[in-house]
Amino acid sequence: MTTALENNETKIALNLKEIVGDVVSRAMKAGASAAECVVREGDEFSAVVRLGQVETLKESGSRAIGLRVFFGQRAASTHSSDFSAEGLDRMLKSALELAKITSEDPFGGIPEAGMLGSLKGELDLFHQDVYSLPSAERIDYARRAEKAALDSDPRIKNSEGGSFDAASGRKVLANSHGFVGEYRRSYCSVAAVPIAQDESGLMQRDYWYSVARSLAKLESAESVGKEAARRTLRRLGARKVKTAQVPVVLDPMVSSSMLEHIFEGVNGDSVYRGASFLAGKLGEQIAAKNVTVIDDGTIVGGFGTTPFDGEGIPTRRTVVIENGILKSYLLNTYTAKKLKLETTANASRGLAGTPGIGPGNYFLERGQKSPKEMIGAIKDGLYVTEFLGHGANLVTGDYSRGASGMWIVNGELAYPVEEITVAGNLKEMFLNISEVGSDLEFRGSVAAPTIRIDGLTVGGE
Amino acid sequence: MVTNHQEHFFFEHYGLTNNALETYLGAALSAGGDYADLYFEYLTSTSLSMDESLIKSASQGISGGCGVRVVSGERTGYAYTDDLSPQRILHAARTAALIASAPSKTTVAGFQQKPARSLYPVSLASVDAELTSKVELLMRADRTAREYDPRIREVRANYSDELRTILVVGSDGTFAEDSQPMARMNVSSIAKTETTSGRGSAGGGGRVALDFFFGEKTPEFFAKEAARQAVLQLDAREAPAGDMEVVLGPGWPGVLLHEAVGHGLEADFNRKKTSAFAGLIGKRVASEKCTVVDNGTMPWRRGSLNVDDEGHPTQETVLIENGILKGYLSDKLSSRLMGLANTGNGRRESYEHIPMPRMTNTYMLAGEDDPGDIIRSVKNGIYAVNFGGGQVDITNGKFVFSASEAYLIEDGKVTAPIKGATLIGNGPDVLTRVSMVGNDLKLDEGVGTCGKDGQAVPVGVGIPTLKIDRMTVGGTARKEPGGFMQ
Repeated sequence: MTTALENNETKIALNLKEIVGDVVSRAMKAGASAAECVVREGDEFSAVVRLGQVETLKESGSRAIGLRVFFGQRAASTHSSDFSAEGLDRMLKSALELAKITSEDPFGGIPEAGMLGSLKGELDLFHQDVYSLPSAERIDYARRAEKAALDSDPRIKNSEGGSFDAASGRKVLANSHGFVGEYRRSYCSVAAVPIAQDESGLMQRDYWYSVARSLAKLESAESVGKEAARRTLRRLGARKVKTAQVPVVLDPMVSSSMLEHIFEGVNGDSVYRGASFLAGKLGEQIAAKNVTVIDDGTIVGGFGTTPFDGEGIPTRRTVVIENGILKSYLLNTYTAKKLKLETTANASRGLAGTPGIGPGNYFLERGQKSPKEMIGAIKDGLYVTEFLGHGANLVTGDYSRGASGMWIVNGELAYPVEEITVAGNLKEMFLNISEVGSDLEFRGSVAAPTIRIDGLTVGGE
Repeated sequence: MVTNHQEHFFFEHYGLTNNALETYLGAALSAGGDYADLYFEYLTSTSLSMDESLIKSASQGISGGCGVRVVSGERTGYAYTDDLSPQRILHAARTAALIASAPSKTTVAGFQQKPARSLYPVSLASVDAELTSKVELLMRADRTAREYDPRIREVRANYSDELRTILVVGSDGTFAEDSQPMARMNVSSIAKTETTSGRGSAGGGGRVALDFFFGEKTPEFFAKEAARQAVLQLDAREAPAGDMEVVLGPGWPGVLLHEAVGHGLEADFNRKKTSAFAGLIGKRVASEKCTVVDNGTMPWRRGSLNVDDEGHPTQETVLIENGILKGYLSDKLSSRLMGLANTGNGRRESYEHIPMPRMTNTYMLAGEDDPGDIIRSVKNGIYAVNFGGGQVDITNGKFVFSASEAYLIEDGKVTAPIKGATLIGNGPDVLTRVSMVGNDLKLDEGVGTCGKDGQAVPVGVGIPTLKIDRMTVGGTARKEPGGFMQ
C-alpha cells in the first residue's frame, strides 16, 4: 500500500518537472527573453470535533500553475488550475498578450544564472507520517484535545472544538536559466478552543495548539487541551483599567507581532519606496541593545525553511538587527537591484504577480531572564496575551491596538483585563524593548520570546 | 447580459448533465447523509498595478473546481476537486459521504431552478474588457495623486477584477446559476516633509462593469482622496487616550456595525452559544434610534449576491429594530438546526471552502439628526471619518476598529486632525450608547473584505453620522479636565 502510494507520487513529480520545463521553453520559443514557471500542489485533511461529536471532516487536494514572462524589461504573469493542453496553452498566450501593456522597468528580470541553486543536504521538511493515521485516529486526536480542555474545570462549559489538521505540499520551480528545483513540506497540528463561563454568565474564549512537520513531534492532545483551558480560565472576570503609562510585557503569542512590524519595516519593497521609517537607517541604532533579529531559511526542520526562495536562489541566514543596530534589509532580486544591494533570498512567490518578500525562520534571539523574573520586577504593569486589530503604521511609526491580558501588581499576574488599548510609536517602542526573555520557542516561522516594552500608553476608562 | 451568456456554463463547457449531477449527489448521500450539495465554480481574474508611474505588474488567472458537501445531523463532510472529470467529482462525493455511516436514506429531489434575479446585469464583464482602458485608469490615478500636492512622494495604484461563474445544486432540488462580476481600484500614497510623513489610501468598486470607473467613480476621485489623507496626516497631533464621546462619520465607519454586532449575529455562533449575543433575541441591544439591517439585494454592490453560495436567494434581513434584537443571519445548516428561516447568508470563499453564515451589506438606517447638530453637541471628543479594518472576539463581545482619519472635537467644533487610533468597545452594549443618529446614511465605496475562519468574502457596510456617548480611544495623549493635553 505504502509502496504503491510512493510510486504513484514519484511519477506525478516527474510529470510536474516536465510540465514546468516545457512551459518555460515554449515561452522562450514564443519570443520571451526570460521565463519562470511554478507549480504548487497540496493535500489537506482537517477534522473538527465539538462537544465530543465530529462537526466537520474535510479532505482534498489541488494543484495550480503560474508563469512569469519577460520581454526585455516588460513583465507579465498568468496562472491556472487547468493542466489540460488547452489550459496551459491559454495561460501561455495570455501572458504573452499581457506583457504588451506593461512598462519597461530597468530593474525587472529573473536572477542571474550564477545566483541560482538549492541548499544541499536533508532539510527534514517532509514526513509521510502526517498522513499515516487512519481517519478514526485523527478524529480521536481532535476529540482528546477538546476533552482535556472540557475536563479541566467545571467552568469550561462550551467549546468551539478540538481540531486535527494535516497537510502536505509540493513546489516545483523552473526558469529559463535552466534552474529546476523542487521540494515537499508537510505539517500537522492539533488545537483546542474552549469557552469558559463565570457565575455572571459572561464568557471567555482562548486557544492553544501544537504544530509540527512530523506527527512524531506533535505535542500530546491532552497537553494542548489543558493549556488551552488554562489560558481561557485566566481570562474570566476580566475588567477595564484606568488610562495609564506603565511597563508592558508581551506574551510570546503576541511579542512576535513586534517582529512582524520590524519585518514590514525592513522589507525591501517598503524601503525603496520610503514607506518605512527604517528606510535609510542601515548601521544605525533602531532598537534596544538587547535586540538581535535573525532571518534564517536554512534551519533543518524549520517552519520557515526552504531549499531555495521564490526565485530559485538558495536560502541563507541574514542578521537583520544586531544588538540594536540595523544590519540588513530583507530583499528579493528586484528590491535588491533598486537599492543597489544583494538579494537576501527572501523572494516569496505565489502563483500570480511579481515575487514579494517573505520571512524564512525569522526570530528574536533569546535573552537571559525567565518571564517570571521579568514580571516579578514590575510593580504595576500590563501583561498582554492578545492584541486585536491592525493599528500599526510603518510610514509614521504610529501604533495603537486593542489588547487583553493580565494586570501585574507587585510582580504577580493579579487579575485579567480587557477592552483596553496599547499605544505608542514603533520608533520609540523598538528602542524601549528593555528586556528580552529566555523563552524562545518556534510555533511557526516567526518567533519571539517574552519581551518588556516601556513608555506605552494603556488606554481605558 | 452576462447572465444569459453564462447560462448553463458548466453544462456547455464541462459536459455536465442533470443525470450526472443526480449521480454525484447520489454518491454523496450513499452513506446515509441528510443533505448534499455541489458547488461548481469557474473564476477568471485580472490584476494590474502601477508603481513609480510604471505598470510593473500585470497578471491574469483562471481557477475553478467543484466542492461537495454532505450534511448528517450536525456533521459536515467536505471534499473538493479542481478537476471536473466525472471520476474526480465522484471521488470527492464519496469522500465527503463518509461523514455519515448508515444506509442511504435520502433521495435527490427533482431540480427546480427559481427565476433568476439580476442585481448586477453588466453587458460586458470588466474581466473581458480592453486592457488598455484599465491601464488608462491607473495612469490617470497616478497623475492626479502626484499633481495633488508637491509633498506627495509615492503613489501606487491597483486595479483588479474578476468574473465568478457558479452552479449550485442540492439534494433538496436546489439548482441555481449565477455570474458574479467584481471590479475594484485602489490608490495609495505617501506624503513627506523633512520631519513628518503620512499615508493615505482610497478605493472602491463593486459588481460593476468597467464603465463605472469612467463615470460614477473616476480614478481622479480615488486619487485625490488618497493624496488628501496622506497630506492631512503630516500635521496630525497625538490622539487622546481613554473613554470619551465619539462621532463617526457616514459610510465606511459602518465597519463598527460589522464588528460590534454583525459577526455576533451570525447564526452558527448563536446555535453553538459561543456568541455574546446568544439568547438576546427580543432584548434591547441598542438605543431605540438604531435599526440595523443586512441586505444582499442592493444592485451593483460589492456585498450583494443574486443567490448565496448555497443557491438560496439573498434578502434584506432586519437584525436590530428600534434597538431590539430581531434576528440572526442564517444559512441552510443553521436554519434547519435552529428552526429559523434561511436568510440567504450562506457564503464561502471558493469551491475549496465550507459555506457558513456571513454578512452581505450591513448598515444602519438613517435617523433624524442633522450631522452638524451632532458635532455641535460634543464638548470634548473625536470625530472619526475613515478607518482601516476591525476585529472582534465574538465570545466576549470585545471589538476594535482603527481610525485612519480622525479629528478632535472641542466645544462643538471639529478642530485638529489626530494620528491613527484604535477604538475599542463591547459589542452587546456599544449601540446602547448611540444617542444621535444622522439623516445622512451612506454606504462605503466598495472596499470591504471580511475574514472568518480563514475565509475571505466581499462585504459592504454603512452608517449615517452617529454619536456614541462613550467609547475607549487608544491614543497616546492624556485627557485633562476641560481639554486634551498635547
